[in-house]
Amino acid sequence: MKEFRYERSPDPAAAVALLAREPGGAFLGGGTNLVDLMKLGVATPDVLVDVRELTSAEVSDLPDGGLRIGAGVPNADLAADRRVRERYPVLAQALLAGASGQLRNRATTGGNLLQRTRCGYFTDVTRPCNKRSPGSGCGALHGVHRNHAILGQTFEGPGACVATHPSDMAVALVALDAVVRVLGPDGERSLPIGELHRLPGNDPSRDTTLRHGELITAVDLPPLDLPSRYRKVRERASYAFALVSVAAALRVEDGVVADVRLALGGVAHTPWRARAAEETLLGRPATEEAFAAAAGAELAAATPLRDNGFKVPLARNVVVRTLLDLSGGTR
Amino acid sequence: MDTEITLRVDGAAHPLTVDTRTTLLDALRERLRNTSPKKGCDHGQCGACTVLLDGRRVNSCLVLAVTVGDAEVTTSNGLATDGQPHPLHRSFVRRDAFQCGYCTPGQICSAAGVLEEARAGWPSAVTADLTAAVELTDTEIRERMSGNLCRCAAYAHIVPAVADVAAAEGVRR
Amino acid sequence: MTTIDRVLGAGIERIDGPAKVRGSAPYAFEQDPGEPITHLALVQSTINRGRITRLDPSAAEATPGVLAVLTPANAPRLSGELTADLPVLQSLDVHYQGQVVAAVVAETSEIARAAVGGVRVEYAAEEPDVTLRADRPDLYAPAQVMAGFATDSVIGDVDGALSTAAVTVDATYETPAQHNNPIEMHTSMARWDGDSLTLWDANQGPHTIQRDLMTAFGLTAGQVRVISPYVGGGFGSKAFAHPHQILAAMAARVVGRTVVLELTRQQMFSLVGHRTPTIQRVRLGADSEGRLTAISHEVVEHTARIAEFAEQTATATRVMYAAPHRRTTHRLARLDVPPPTIMRAPGETPGMFALESAMDELAHTLGIDPVELRIRNEPPRDPERDVPWSSRSLVECLRTGAERFGWAGRDLRPGVRTDGRWLVGTGVAAATYPSRRRKADCRISVDGRGRYLVEIDGSDIGTGTWTALTQIAADALHVGLGEVELRIGDSRLPFAGGAGGSTGLASWGSAVVLTARQLRARLESLGGQPPPDGLTVDGGVPGPSPHAEQYSMHSFGAHFVEVRVDADTGEVRVPRATSVYAAGTIANATTARSQFLGGFCMGLSMALHEESLQDEHFGHFVNHDLAGYHIATNADVGEIDISWLDEEDPWVNELGLKGIGEIGIVGAAAAVANGYWHATGRRIRDLPLTPDKFFR
Repeated sequence: MKEFRYERSPDPAAAVALLAREPGGAFLGGGTNLVDLMKLGVATPDVLVDVRELTSAEVSDLPDGGLRIGAGVPNADLAADRRVRERYPVLAQALLAGASGQLRNRATTGGNLLQRTRCGYFTDVTRPCNKRSPGSGCGALHGVHRNHAILGQTFEGPGACVATHPSDMAVALVALDAVVRVLGPDGERSLPIGELHRLPGNDPSRDTTLRHGELITAVDLPPLDLPSRYRKVRERASYAFALVSVAAALRVEDGVVADVRLALGGVAHTPWRARAAEETLLGRPATEEAFAAAAGAELAAATPLRDNGFKVPLARNVVVRTLLDLSGGTR
Repeated sequence: MDTEITLRVDGAAHPLTVDTRTTLLDALRERLRNTSPKKGCDHGQCGACTVLLDGRRVNSCLVLAVTVGDAEVTTSNGLATDGQPHPLHRSFVRRDAFQCGYCTPGQICSAAGVLEEARAGWPSAVTADLTAAVELTDTEIRERMSGNLCRCAAYAHIVPAVADVAAAEGVRR
Repeated sequence: MTTIDRVLGAGIERIDGPAKVRGSAPYAFEQDPGEPITHLALVQSTINRGRITRLDPSAAEATPGVLAVLTPANAPRLSGELTADLPVLQSLDVHYQGQVVAAVVAETSEIARAAVGGVRVEYAAEEPDVTLRADRPDLYAPAQVMAGFATDSVIGDVDGALSTAAVTVDATYETPAQHNNPIEMHTSMARWDGDSLTLWDANQGPHTIQRDLMTAFGLTAGQVRVISPYVGGGFGSKAFAHPHQILAAMAARVVGRTVVLELTRQQMFSLVGHRTPTIQRVRLGADSEGRLTAISHEVVEHTARIAEFAEQTATATRVMYAAPHRRTTHRLARLDVPPPTIMRAPGETPGMFALESAMDELAHTLGIDPVELRIRNEPPRDPERDVPWSSRSLVECLRTGAERFGWAGRDLRPGVRTDGRWLVGTGVAAATYPSRRRKADCRISVDGRGRYLVEIDGSDIGTGTWTALTQIAADALHVGLGEVELRIGDSRLPFAGGAGGSTGLASWGSAVVLTARQLRARLESLGGQPPPDGLTVDGGVPGPSPHAEQYSMHSFGAHFVEVRVDADTGEVRVPRATSVYAAGTIANATTARSQFLGGFCMGLSMALHEESLQDEHFGHFVNHDLAGYHIATNADVGEIDISWLDEEDPWVNELGLKGIGEIGIVGAAAAVANGYWHATGRRIRDLPLTPDKFFR
């Protein structure tokens, strides 16, 4: 691990101002990902500004019936929050499907959103990786990539990257149309969570649209008035990243899909909002055939790699099953 | 970069000098020579380093020592009170819930966290009804203890070891 | 097996348990060397094959707190007798990915690890050759395979018998490279006092490590002490010396301070060995009643360019079933990979996955219950050595297991049972492992007050030795447990082979029993009372059982599992399993249960998860950590019913004890794969059973 200076600040604004002056610095939240990456030499900040206890660790009610989640709320506490369990089961389930009890106790809401990929070429500084070392190539493209992206990858040029986003929580938040509140050197701004993460494009080194010095202070959840759930498929029963996951919310009225939210994890560089599937479903009968057609519509764009083609039928099946479960249907 | 800190471990305060890079785990093992938390991966992937930080189970390998402040660190050894073993210590021995013993102090700290989380009503990934009261069934214990790898694979003995104490403490029927 | 006045067999709680649960039992790094500890960190090659063309340690050397940087240019010269990967930093040649090319000693671990980045290394790299295929033209037959087994065995006319068999199976099975991954990372702490070396080390046999250190540094046995009372698992990777032990000693000598080298988890994927991948073609011929007429098992595996390690993969096939015509072969490819090593039941584990899968396929082809098929092919004598069994209870294991599991009435058809979206099936497989005894010395002393001290360099890597060997000693000495103090895990103690090959307790226990008999005879000659200044007796066993040539000695077992496969996702669960073993005397019912359980669950983990994924271009193991290399978690293990049969074997050793460290894993993966087939109708012949394979 490279040497660094450790700093605390009296308030978020001071932390932001401090980091803005340190181009090689980084915010430290729970550290469950950043400290790991620093040990690997993947992250090499020269200053760490500790914000774990600086941003709110509270979950509060919003006037519209939604919730505001402080960026410092640990994943475990958020999953245990009674309002989240009752009103946003998809979020509680996503959080509980992630990592381990120990990690969830330490990881924060803000930090979870900013997790970096677990691609084995990204985390190994002796291998090429355009995300870690722009221009060095993508080791995974023709390497070991069974658990890599099937959607939205960049295959050629300095942007080549087939990594996935590892967060479960973020997949649920994307389905929930959460809003991310950010404090930066130029003040506060809010952005829809769908605009936080970005596809690799020609610069996979940037996971998000945040600028240096911008600090996530909270995540706002709009009210959710439809049943929701999260389903994660992984290579062992617990404590593993997703092969594919689905965050879904569905309301069926008179046998017809009245409202639907669908997001996929483990398939792309971002949590993947399945807009094509949603559009296909709205107003259609809530049947297995319709769910399969919707999944097919979303996955038609899939461009699987040599060894991860299984994710296409897997994602389709999990979408169908999750929607069936939500609609109370069986097969 | 050297920094002076005071770590509160198992009820005692330890002033010490650490590098800003020093993890809580390395501060405990290498500076204080506390052998209770173990290093099995150093990346939050095995759970052998689990300690309680202000009563919450965490992977001490991913906590920088300089961030700990005045939080109370409890190791498995520190769960013993007045020289008497903790009920989890006794149940792990009685159920032979380990072989090599290297992951065991972490398992025990984790189990202590599991009991506390269950008492607080926290659900897990296998909790069917997120709003119901929590009971530590075998399935719940398996999931909640899955952040602690045991290569000797004593899992099928760890579950009853935790269950025995859970039953005694009323979070399992 | 328990009698009123003996403790052998009793389920005594682990003597070392209370210290282990609190974390006060000192493992290698946790020992007190008596002075401040400096830290060693490693620079590893990023190529598989080639030569170092430039190595500049100056930036690392200039780092405050760095005490020394060892490189091939300045490292102390080691004896030329060292082989394989042990001559570390002796040459600029690179033979495998992850080879140590430099090492940094510093005052703290943080400084040492960071300074590694200050060592600049350039290579002239050659294209690595890392891919094992059965059609490689350079496959060769080793002179023999591990444990002294013949490379090939041929009896009768296999091809002729296959061509005339009523029913045949011809299938190829593959197992991937796997890594042992004990949770305690390999760690060595070295201190020199003059020309004497002390190494606190994580290993499975201090004498084994001592021998290589003596060779490396030209020292006598009296000059090297290896201390290892508590070891955090090994499963084979800690059986032999690896580069880190040499490096720790070398660095301590250079800086004149105590040095610790704690390998990182990532480094354990290149520096402490792995289980070779295998490609195995199995052909079975049988008559219409299911009696085998021919068995052919041809194995292809890899070894390293710099060291031959020939795993004895097909040797279990030589003892499992009767058939007049039989053939087993082993062929190796020398690749640019780190040296493979032993991993729990090396040979039997991958080999029995293949054979026991093939037996399941044959049972299906014949329409015979797979338990019944195995019973029909029970050999009355060792089918290749043509000698009697010292004892063999496979049929009883199968029958008992079937009864406990509820096998009766099982529908033979695959892919027809569901429970919601789960596809449900059951599977069975048999297990076997050789029973061996090795040389072991022992010293037992009694003081004037009747307190006994038993000294032997045995190891407890989680196996329960501290407890079981104390029980054996107490019985042999006819005293209570509390009157016996055991000392193990130190090369200063009388010689013993390490914990490996399920030989530990069989060998150490025999040595203790024979030495105790000598001591008791001496005491009796002295009127039954120890002299005031005590009495010491040295004894032991010279090596294999004197009956090893006359009898075929093996433990046996049978596994039954229920397998559930999610019809949508291919996720696999094993909610329940039954394993029954026959392994002679069981020394401690509690620790033995854990041994069997741990072995079976490692086999379950192998079936479902374990796979070291090698990049064919860069040549390294990509998933080189515990997030990438999945081992079973608690949630992966369901209800496991472990039991064993009373089995008396007068021939294997003084205790009738066959050894139980490996039998649990053997065949377990086949049982799961057979259950997967029964659940889904899909036969997966290449492990592990990850969800992607469901979508082929």
